[in-house]
Amino acid sequence: MSSTFLGMPAPPPRSPYGTGNLRGDRKFPRAAHDELRNEQLRRNLGRATRTIRAKRLDVTGELPDWEALREAGSAIKTDTMNRLPELLEQLERKVTEHGGTVHWARDGAEANEIVARLVQETGSSEVIKVKSMATQEIGLNEHLESVGITPYETDLAELIVQLAHDKPSHILVPAIHRNRDEIRQIFLKEIPGVDPGLDNVPAHLAAAARAYLREKFMTTTVAVSGANFGIAETGTLSVVESEGNGRMCLTMPDTLITVMGIEKVLPRHQDLEVFLQLLPRSSTGERMNPYTSLWTGVTPGDGPQNFHLVLLDNGRTAALADRIGREALNCIRCSACLNVCPVYERTGGHAYGSTYPGPIGAVLTPQLAGMHAAKGDPNSSLPYASSLCGACFDACPVKIDIPSLLVELRHQHTEQAGATAEKLAMRAAATVMKHPKLFTAAQKGAGLGRVLGGRDGKISHLPPPFDGWSDSRDTAAPPKRTFRSWLASAEGAATMRAAADEHRRNEKDGKKEEDA
Amino acid sequence: MTTARDTVLGRIKDALALAPARDVTVPRAYRTGRTLPDDERLALFTGRLVDYRATVHPCTADRTAQVLAEVLRERGARRIGAPAGLDEQWLGAYDGEVQQDSATIPAPRLGELDGVVTASAVGCAETGTIFLDGSPDQGRRALSLVPDLHVCVVDLSKVEVGVVEAVARLVPGRPTTLISGPSATSDIELERVEGVHGPRTLAVVIRTDA
Ligand code: SF4
Repeated sequence: MSSTFLGMPAPPPRSPYGTGNLRGDRKFPRAAHDELRNEQLRRNLGRATRTIRAKRLDVTGELPDWEALREAGSAIKTDTMNRLPELLEQLERKVTEHGGTVHWARDGAEANEIVARLVQETGSSEVIKVKSMATQEIGLNEHLESVGITPYETDLAELIVQLAHDKPSHILVPAIHRNRDEIRQIFLKEIPGVDPGLDNVPAHLAAAARAYLREKFMTTTVAVSGANFGIAETGTLSVVESEGNGRMCLTMPDTLITVMGIEKVLPRHQDLEVFLQLLPRSSTGERMNPYTSLWTGVTPGDGPQNFHLVLLDNGRTAALADRIGREALNCIRCSACLNVCPVYERTGGHAYGSTYPGPIGAVLTPQLAGMHAAKGDPNSSLPYASSLCGACFDACPVKIDIPSLLVELRHQHTEQAGATAEKLAMRAAATVMKHPKLFTAAQKGAGLGRVLGGRDGKISHLPPPFDGWSDSRDTAAPPKRTFRSWLASAEGAATMRAAADEHRRNEKDGKKEEDA
Repeated sequence: MTTARDTVLGRIKDALALAPARDVTVPRAYRTGRTLPDDERLALFTGRLVDYRATVHPCTADRTAQVLAEVLRERGARRIGAPAGLDEQWLGAYDGEVQQDSATIPAPRLGELDGVVTASAVGCAETGTIFLDGSPDQGRRALSLVPDLHVCVVDLSKVEVGVVEAVARLVPGRPTTLISGPSATSDIELERVEGVHGPRTLAVVIRTDA
């Protein structure tokens, strides 16, 4: 029973720890350190991001109303978040009216089970997949394999990643870290019956993938996709792509299962006019991507005759409950912020450890999955994986202020990191500072005065957050040691903790402190 | 038992209570309702299509049949598919075999065709995009997907200037495909390769007075 009905809102849970792909196994600095040694990766990434950056600037510069489109996009997403319950219910109703079935999943594990069950009900042991961040996030492929269903990725880059038993490193170009020679090797080794004379010409490599996948498209009866947009007003889902593999998956099988994060809903059909301009231009730097598919439930005689929509939470409501972090849900996964990020350009996507790399990944990942600071969670290092240069904010088509969100997350991280000595000391110090009598006691008892006082023993200016107190009191000579360094020392921490303990004891004994 | 649906909706409501909404009205200050004279729209549309390496064949409506026959002959298309509702006269000058599509033909069999001819619902000049919406003259989605050559007939009167104007002409609920050039990938070292899974070739016949 949700607490909502009791009138007491409870913070929604994050994506459960230890599931899916929202957490790496190493902290960012260590992973980045290793990736930085990968020369090939740096060369590929540098070239790729430079190319996309230039194209993006060309095509966004072409539109005199680009800023107005960004404003609209941002506002539409904010409006969406405000009205999420109503919009999702409307989407559900419309999809159902058009012959689809809607499922809800609290987290990745539940979504995986729903998809696996739906596949099993069709009797198929294979699925073809359209590239999808949501299914990558929840580790759907791994789950399907564990129950004996073989997933085939059909996006060329995802196929390369899958055949190489690798992980994607970019939202848009998941195999950006591979060059043509590596791809040739992967194909020669992994594609059954591939021509052994295959060379490294991209067109030939793509043709090999085409031949391999065509048979899958023609024979597989179930497809799994994500969705770029789900329109509440009409129940229309949309996938934006380039290669036609999306069209194949969305058209040829009997059954289509779409996994969509609840934040992907859009209120009106008209809103497409904004996002079909923002997304392709920001993402690939094209005026329009080659193919966009829009479908509404099932259409008799055309395309899959069974359609399932799985609406996924998996930490999205936790992000929504955060006044600041909520903004990260506006992301339309264009990857523009990755391509302009100096940190991403050097480390690549793997260092972030999450399905969502780059600047938005550094924000979204901890929002969805949390930062368990005390456990040495790699996610707790993500808010620091940025130089805060602001390029991502300028590039973002929906105007997500990523640098501010990163700063906020850093703040939350230090708040959470309650176990560190410095943190404990600061908390104790705050208590002590609020109670002058205690402060005096602490000074006398453990030599705080010695540290803080000048030769005349008077307290000088204290650093924030204590300056409000000290500034209005004694003035004296500068301290011999900085307050912070003393406080961070074992001596300082012990002093403050002792003072705070005394304070608590006093309170318990009912001896009310009087402020001076 | 609480369903996942109730739980997720409950969580959303909790989230919105914990972090109340920032009121917003959507500013739609971007360009809407744009128009351009026919020749300028044609030039813009043509330029953008060519950018995508589509071939463009403008003609007057009464020359549709000849131009289609020429395009198909140039491509060596001897056997083509056509949606049931395609104007019969359009293929009047074509001497190859025409397979009229129907839902009973298994979609994989469409791979045996050399190409397909369809009409289109809407066009967008600024992005070089063609919209198909499954109307009888456009057929089911597989028809324009599986064959390697797609010849698409576009009436210039249905070509709007920008995305906003084009989206406004869509009929929501129809299975709609937006096509901007032939299928392409840039996944290998960002080098563009055409025709990964969809048609390798897109030829657009624009009827300038229709
Ligand atoms: S945060 Fe903005 S720039 Fe980055 S992927 Fe999302 S929408 Fe694109």
